[in-house]
Amino acid sequence: MTAQPLLDVHDLTVEFSTRRGIVKAVQNVNISVAKGETLGIVGESGSGKSVTSYAVMRILDRAGRIAEGSVMFSGIDVKAATENEMRDLRGREISMIFQNPRAALNPIRKVGDQIEDVLRQHVQSAASDRGEKAIEALEQVKIARPRERYHAYPFELSGGMCQRVVIALALACNPQLLIADEPTTGLDVTTQKAVMDLIVELTKRRHMSTILITHDLGLAAAYCDRVVVMEKGRVVETAKSADIFAKPEHAYTRKLMRATPRIGVSLRDLLPEEEGAQAPPPPSVMAGLDPAIHQSSNDSSSEAMDPRVKPGGDDITKPLLLVEKLVKEYPRQGASAVLSKLFSRKPPVEAEIFRAVDGISFTVGHGESVGLVGESGCGKSTTSMMVMRLLDQTSGRIAFDGEEIGAIMPQAFARLPLRKSIQMVFQDPTDSLNPRFTAARAIADPIMQLGDIRGRDALRARCEELAGLVGLPVNLLDRFPHQLSGGQKARVGIARAIALHPKLVILDEPTAALDVSVQAVVLNLLQDLKQSMGMSYLFVSHDLNVVRLLCDRVIVMRAGRIVEQGSSESVLGDPKDAYTKELLTAIPHPPLPVH
Amino acid sequence: MLTMIGKRLMFAIPSLIGVVIVTFLLTRALPGDPAAYFAGPAASKEAIEQIRKKLGFDKPLIEQFFRYTNDLAHGDFGTSLTTGQPVATEIRNRLPASAELTLLGLIVSISIAIPLGVLAATRPGSWIDHLCRVTTTAGVSLPVFFTGLVLVYLFYFRLGWSPAPLGRLDVFYSAPPTVTGLYLIDALIAREFETFRSALSQLILPAATLAIFSLAPIARMTRASMLAVLASDFVRTARASGLSPSTVIVTYAFRNAMLPVITTLSMVFSFLLGANVLVEKVFAWPGIGSYAVEALISSDFAPVQGFVLTMAVMYVLLNLIIDILYGVIDPRVRLEG
Repeated sequence: MTAQPLLDVHDLTVEFSTRRGIVKAVQNVNISVAKGETLGIVGESGSGKSVTSYAVMRILDRAGRIAEGSVMFSGIDVKAATENEMRDLRGREISMIFQNPRAALNPIRKVGDQIEDVLRQHVQSAASDRGEKAIEALEQVKIARPRERYHAYPFELSGGMCQRVVIALALACNPQLLIADEPTTGLDVTTQKAVMDLIVELTKRRHMSTILITHDLGLAAAYCDRVVVMEKGRVVETAKSADIFAKPEHAYTRKLMRATPRIGVSLRDLLPEEEGAQAPPPPSVMAGLDPAIHQSSNDSSSEAMDPRVKPGGDDITKPLLLVEKLVKEYPRQGASAVLSKLFSRKPPVEAEIFRAVDGISFTVGHGESVGLVGESGCGKSTTSMMVMRLLDQTSGRIAFDGEEIGAIMPQAFARLPLRKSIQMVFQDPTDSLNPRFTAARAIADPIMQLGDIRGRDALRARCEELAGLVGLPVNLLDRFPHQLSGGQKARVGIARAIALHPKLVILDEPTAALDVSVQAVVLNLLQDLKQSMGMSYLFVSHDLNVVRLLCDRVIVMRAGRIVEQGSSESVLGDPKDAYTKELLTAIPHPPLPVH
Repeated sequence: MLTMIGKRLMFAIPSLIGVVIVTFLLTRALPGDPAAYFAGPAASKEAIEQIRKKLGFDKPLIEQFFRYTNDLAHGDFGTSLTTGQPVATEIRNRLPASAELTLLGLIVSISIAIPLGVLAATRPGSWIDHLCRVTTTAGVSLPVFFTGLVLVYLFYFRLGWSPAPLGRLDVFYSAPPTVTGLYLIDALIAREFETFRSALSQLILPAATLAIFSLAPIARMTRASMLAVLASDFVRTARASGLSPSTVIVTYAFRNAMLPVITTLSMVFSFLLGANVLVEKVFAWPGIGSYAVEALISSDFAPVQGFVLTMAVMYVLLNLIIDILYGVIDPRVRLEG
């Protein structure tokens, strides 16, 4: 390490004044970044990793302030600098890229103009060639047709493309330090790899230092020289990334590493050692809190469930869900089509058609869990929506439990008794809950729509029973979504989905928004529920490691087609298709699995 | 673009037809007999009956309606019983008066409210934020006739700075040749600067009254929507890129915050246009609001129907303009159109 670090954060404490008094978001944090070094800051949500970086750039919001400690950036005292000095530092010396790239760009300004704004601010070029510089910046981040993209608005670009624009924006003025705050969260694995490789390539070429803030240990290990692990506003461990995976010192680091899904472990292995034994209580134990309810439900469910499970096991020719040659087409909304729509009465000469789902066939057996993987835009969500009858397919058939549901109009399907048997768990546990409904009300909703339980007390009892099944403490049932944690909200979503004893649950990235340790618990819960209730899962995900752990079979989709399907072991262990191989190699792996 | 406008106008036709039917029925359902009113208090029963016959009110409702719509189709809004003038002419004369007043009031109010809202949002808790809060509260809680009278008392009666609140022009001036119907603009076109000055001095007080009233919703909306935008991710990006506060606030925050403000503006404008009867009364302003109210009191059907129809058309046009403005500001809207 060089004698003079580029960035030296010493004993930093950041306070936020809230209604309940002062909260210390970051306490006595020491971090240093040498020139050309890549430092990873790893931690789960609420660990203070983002706040630390905001403090470095002094872009904390109004309520926050640096209470103690110092931040020195190449000899400049950030804490004491004037606002004008800071403004010159931001974007020119230190720049930042953010999570959720689409929101990080001004939605109503052309991306080229946004890059020019930065160039103009830091007087990086004469007005005459600023446009060229902006195009060059777009070219550097490997955006195809940069001259055209210059005039694009963020909503016209994909997530990965937006992140490239944000990187172009951040690197436009050749800063010395780049802070990347969860730059690839929400992006596909291959896009993640492309974006991370791009960041590394660009920063290495310019001898820049990088701080990578992430919740993903694998990502940090793959791209960082050193890793800082933070928990609840404190640094718990700092080490070279190779060392930290070989011999993690702190219990929290070990817990994080255990919870990260990876090759060669089972779902149970993800849970913390001390909790591993008793944490995933079989649902019978949980529901045992109320023996009466549990008894009755178990009886009814075992009666109801067994005949369903058995024929599924015996009669292999009749899968629970059969999808055949399913096609969904959309009229392509190209720029030319829109223009011709606006300026002439004639429809465009040839209506271009985009096939989101292009003739796919697959089955889901009784009690089976099938992973539907692929990158965004591959049609996996469209497929799940057609199976749910939220969308009408263009052609093809969908049979569920022996009944043709493909011909049922989406509007009519919601009222059919069959609708009970297909339920869905959504990606974002927050957005998929009505903010004005309590947890109990949310769970009771499907029962009130389609179920046969009537009366306030019976509903309440059923909600409590379901809460027990998903491990949600009963006293949280009267809380509103904003009063629950991410994991608790995920449990509410799952309880809602299983409320009507569905045969098939479609899980649309149910853990994508959760911290790894919470994800570990939720995945185990899903596994337990599947076993005890005999449900089938259609698990839509882009995270192959998670799919490997939870699913019996995997279907890999690309551009509306199935490129490969088979058992999880064979597809993910020994992929045949080039695309599957590409997906697998794109996953960042921690150097060593821990046991 | 043109197709979009055409389509929007087409969609407005059913609602306009609805307006015609409802106003026709409503005016008929109102208490009061126009024939009796027209004949005067001393008229005999026979005289009233005769007038009723002459006006066509003895015919069945459906026949009256067909006659009315037939006239409408020929551009005939009917004739006012009280003034004896064709309704179309009167509305044509009075609408510009209301529009001029409302527009000027709105311009004044926008030029105060928007900067006030923006400043309040960028400095929450500062004196300007408190000023914004006080002004908006005062603006909504003081009724317009009260502010109007206070202004007249102060600036005309006490200080003598402004002319008597008696209409659009001082009695010594004649109206400029009509081009737009707005005296300020017409006077400029005709290069009659003295007339312009006089018209402006007549306008200031009523416009200020309206401005004070309409300040509140606009300032509040600007503040709220600026606060929301300032907390968004892209403003954080702009800050983290070291952009100057003025760029961040104007180019990044304000343009995005404008969208809900424009919606508020259109609502305030259309509300003011029809509802500033009190201001028109206080300042003896020959606008359409007071015209409609007078007609309503005297059960004079034709002007009321004409007024409501005019307002409905104004609403349609205003909403169209707002939608076009939205498209100009927000590229995302253009695609959906």
